[in-house]
Amino acid sequence: MTTRIYVSCDAAALSVGAEAVAIAVQNEIAARKLDAKLVRNGSRGLLWLEPLLEVETPAGRVGYGPVSPADVRSIFETGPGGAHKRNLGLVEAIPYFAKQQRLTFARCGITDPLSLEEYEAHGGLKGLKKALEMAPAAIVQAVTDSGLRGRGGAGFPTGIKWKTVMSTEASQKYIVCNADEGDSGTFSDRMIMEGDPFALIEGMAIAGLAVGATKGYVYIRSEYPHAFRQMNQAIGIAREKGLLGTNVLGSKLIFDMETRLGAGAYICGEETSLLESLEGKRGQIRPKPPLPAIAGLFAKPTVVNNLISLATVPIILAEGAEHYKNFGMGRSRGTMPLQLAGNIKQGGLIERAFGLTLRELIYDYGGGTYSGRPVRAVQVGGPLGAYWPEHLFDVPLDYEAFAAKGGMVGHGGVVVFDDTVDLAKQARFAFEFCAIESCGKCTPCRIGSTRGAETVDKIMRGEKVVQNIDLVKDLCETLRDGSLCALGGLTPMPVMSALEHFPEDFDRKPSRAAAAE
Amino acid sequence: MSSRERAVHWDPEKARAIALELKDIEGPMIPILHALNERFGHINDEAMVIVADVLNLTRAEVQGVVGFYHDFRREPAGRHVIQVCRAEACQSMGSEDLAERLERALGIKFGDTTPDRRVTLLPVYCLGNCALSPSVMIDGELHGRMDERKVLTLVQAP
Repeated sequence: MTTRIYVSCDAAALSVGAEAVAIAVQNEIAARKLDAKLVRNGSRGLLWLEPLLEVETPAGRVGYGPVSPADVRSIFETGPGGAHKRNLGLVEAIPYFAKQQRLTFARCGITDPLSLEEYEAHGGLKGLKKALEMAPAAIVQAVTDSGLRGRGGAGFPTGIKWKTVMSTEASQKYIVCNADEGDSGTFSDRMIMEGDPFALIEGMAIAGLAVGATKGYVYIRSEYPHAFRQMNQAIGIAREKGLLGTNVLGSKLIFDMETRLGAGAYICGEETSLLESLEGKRGQIRPKPPLPAIAGLFAKPTVVNNLISLATVPIILAEGAEHYKNFGMGRSRGTMPLQLAGNIKQGGLIERAFGLTLRELIYDYGGGTYSGRPVRAVQVGGPLGAYWPEHLFDVPLDYEAFAAKGGMVGHGGVVVFDDTVDLAKQARFAFEFCAIESCGKCTPCRIGSTRGAETVDKIMRGEKVVQNIDLVKDLCETLRDGSLCALGGLTPMPVMSALEHFPEDFDRKPSRAAAAE
Repeated sequence: MSSRERAVHWDPEKARAIALELKDIEGPMIPILHALNERFGHINDEAMVIVADVLNLTRAEVQGVVGFYHDFRREPAGRHVIQVCRAEACQSMGSEDLAERLERALGIKFGDTTPDRRVTLLPVYCLGNCALSPSVMIDGELHGRMDERKVLTLVQAP
């Protein structure tokens, strides 16, 4: 039997040399005339082990990592699963992987991402096939009952959004997937597009069936060229094999989709800016109402969902709402793909039911910092998320529990900083980032962000520190209450959390230069 | 293969053909601008007039869109483009130090191109490679765990 050997085609794996490893594997297979096949899978999400090479054995897939091209020959010499310094044993027995609860990421890293046959053999298409037997209202009900909430960050119940679109009459409706994953510390959308793109296609087809939309768009940020290419290939295959088109899986369902490439604007991750951009305009915020569910893309009723929300729909339909809902805690149902990033020894993707703590995540999974120094701060939820100190690490990952402590789960990014971090600098960056990415539509965000950065500069120079801290707090209130969208509205979160939890970093003495003036 | 290497000299006929080919898709503006940016390495004034004409918009509307997005260049980039991630995850792994070192080594600031037009240095806010920081994109290829020496080696070719 042909032995399958896996080297990931995920962008993170490629970024540390997976392509050269894949070439070395091909060369060894050819030179040794082996009955073996190289498969370019997605990533398992064990990113500190990339490039990860896996070899199929009777006991399961044995992993080697991180592998350099120079290691490949000796791996072949020792044979599948043989003693080798890079041998990690069975990949699925590695605790980091074994302790996860993978629902959305069930196939990612396991299958060939562009093989629809493998997708189906690993549980794919089961959700859509079930949905094709159901009434639209029953599909929407299942999504509502599952408790699925928007994984982009806002946490709005997905089923409620779908219900609004379903009940709005129109000649044309759209499904728009928000794959403008701009939050630093996040990469789960990218991993699905590169590692299991059919899950998104299936989820969007189900959404189309449920709300009566025949057209879908995936808006992918231009910083993700690999994901864009992979998604386009997957859509082409899906069309060829009848998963998209005028008779989806031989049924009467019409659904087709296309990708659109963003153009380098963080604000286009905000749903109304994204719609403006899809329409070919400047990515400026639209005031709400009207909700996109009523008047969205080209003023038609539109479902705008985060990629992870849509890619989770197939498993909800396949296994039932109850199955999904049984994971999680409180009003945060199901699982959350968390992304452990920054200064961390073992960074990667961890899908677990809501309720895990940051402490478990950072120490049990992550193994502490990459630098080996103590952890000082963690930013959860992207650039608009709060900076938290160690004493908050036991708060369970849950939308409400995080909000109660002034933070947010967001899109599940967790960025770890060691004790060399300067929180005044991070607060300044939050304002600077807001200034760079502001769409300019509303004044608090457009002007307040720049004034905020200038005021933090003064604090850092030790100028009227107490008064300037008051000014920053005042400005944060204006931004929070007066901005049109979450960019201006949430920029105060990193700033205020830094001030609250790390006041010592703002207690600056006048610098020599300032004193000399 | 980077878009810069493929970029060819300005050709108004070709620009119009690109715009005409895409004009009937839904929301054609951004795809047309991407295609022009990729083909010619930047979007010049004449290109904007052509797009405005094909889409039946004013030139101001087209210019407003071109100016809004970081990706659309108003002038050609250098032969190599280095995009250094300067967002939080990379900051936690020393990307600001890397950014300063690259500015010093290349003798230019972010946003600029070296006088010999070899390298353009740009900031980017997240490349989605946050577990393998610092990340840098060079000529469209993603690189993780970067340092000054590795980056400069990758742009050594003239």
